[in-house]
Amino acid sequence: MSESVAEVLRAEGLVKTHHGEGAPAHAVRGVDLRVTGGEFVAITGPSGAGKSTLLHLLGGLQRPDAGSLWLDGERTDGYSEARWAVERRKRIGIVFQFFNLVSDLSVADNVELPALLAGVAPRKARAGREELLTELGLEGKERSMPGELSGGEQQRVALARALVNHPPLLLADEPAGSLDSKGTREVMRLLSRFHRRGQTILLVTHDARLASAADRVISFFDGRIADDAELDGGTPPRRAGTSGVLELRD
Amino acid sequence: MRLPLLALLARGPAHGYELKQDLEQLLGSAYPQPNVGQIYVTLGRLEKSGLIEGEAIEQSSRPNKKVYHLTDAGREALRVWYEETADEPRVRDEFFMKLALAPKTGLADRIALINRQRRQYLNTMRQLSKLAAAEDRDNRVSHLLIEGAMLHLQADLDWLERCQEELEELEELR
Repeated sequence: MSESVAEVLRAEGLVKTHHGEGAPAHAVRGVDLRVTGGEFVAITGPSGAGKSTLLHLLGGLQRPDAGSLWLDGERTDGYSEARWAVERRKRIGIVFQFFNLVSDLSVADNVELPALLAGVAPRKARAGREELLTELGLEGKERSMPGELSGGEQQRVALARALVNHPPLLLADEPAGSLDSKGTREVMRLLSRFHRRGQTILLVTHDARLASAADRVISFFDGRIADDAELDGGTPPRRAGTSGVLELRD
Repeated sequence: MRLPLLALLARGPAHGYELKQDLEQLLGSAYPQPNVGQIYVTLGRLEKSGLIEGEAIEQSSRPNKKVYHLTDAGREALRVWYEETADEPRVRDEFFMKLALAPKTGLADRIALINRQRRQYLNTMRQLSKLAAAEDRDNRVSHLLIEGAMLHLQADLDWLERCQEELEELEELR
């Protein structure tokens, strides 16, 4: 790894155990992870493997029982709740499976709100919102309420909201988990497009099709990283790979 | 290749190169195209078995070309083809054998086997996504083909995940 590439995220020895009814659930059991600027990383694994908990730890939505986390080289262990809220406006954008839009705000207000909260001038927030909504094919939907939109459209609004402050890191937790296959393809296309422009993305998904848009795939099992693979997308071995799976036999 | 060629000829007579072009247009760039030689060989075999008949057409400046049409037997073979359902896809049996036999050989770690296989599937999945992105949006047939391949691969990946879950559970019990 070249030293000139900035480390956007680093985790060491992250542990999280959920204490609910019954036996304690060891959701994250010692995770080390580095993500550098411009990477697109997917974390896949079966449901219940702890991958969403991991994403929540990385976004400061939950605190680890042990281990440390660095954002842009800065240790976050002492961060307060309020500090994390600020980070999630400026340095980390997050999209969720169920969009989590504010239901009684218009599309435009949902997208502008994080910019205004971050202290961006109203005129600039508006310009940023207009640009993103156009980019995401949502022109003419500014005045709609989230409930009037399809799932795919709501997720695009959520993506605009997550990116309006140009955060160095985008976290996506099953962003296509409640979408149909058309919506899934759309999310995949958009994530790839933002990635090509240099956006660092960390995606949690159980959907291998979505994960294959990333250039690095981490397999997560039972709270631990089982494999961490760069996808080269190079030419497949002969008689296998793409031409093998596409061949129609007589 | 035999039956798809018969199916193309059900619409009307055509020569070998036309059939190749029809196939390419229908299936798009995603489908590995048969070479024209392969098509001529298959047409020769179909003619020998009486499913099609060729008629040489004289061309002034070039060698004769052969235009083929479906015979009654060919039409019947096609009808039978459409009556039958296709076979189910098979589990990746070679990988499964490796996995099942690994503990007996002491030569391979099963988790490592699964990880390596998963990497290959994921790389193929990535190539398929790229193919889909590059393919003409309006070629619905081609997109369905790619999507079908992706869904099969997804099922294989889900199954690898199941294998791994099972193995990890066994390790915990040990």
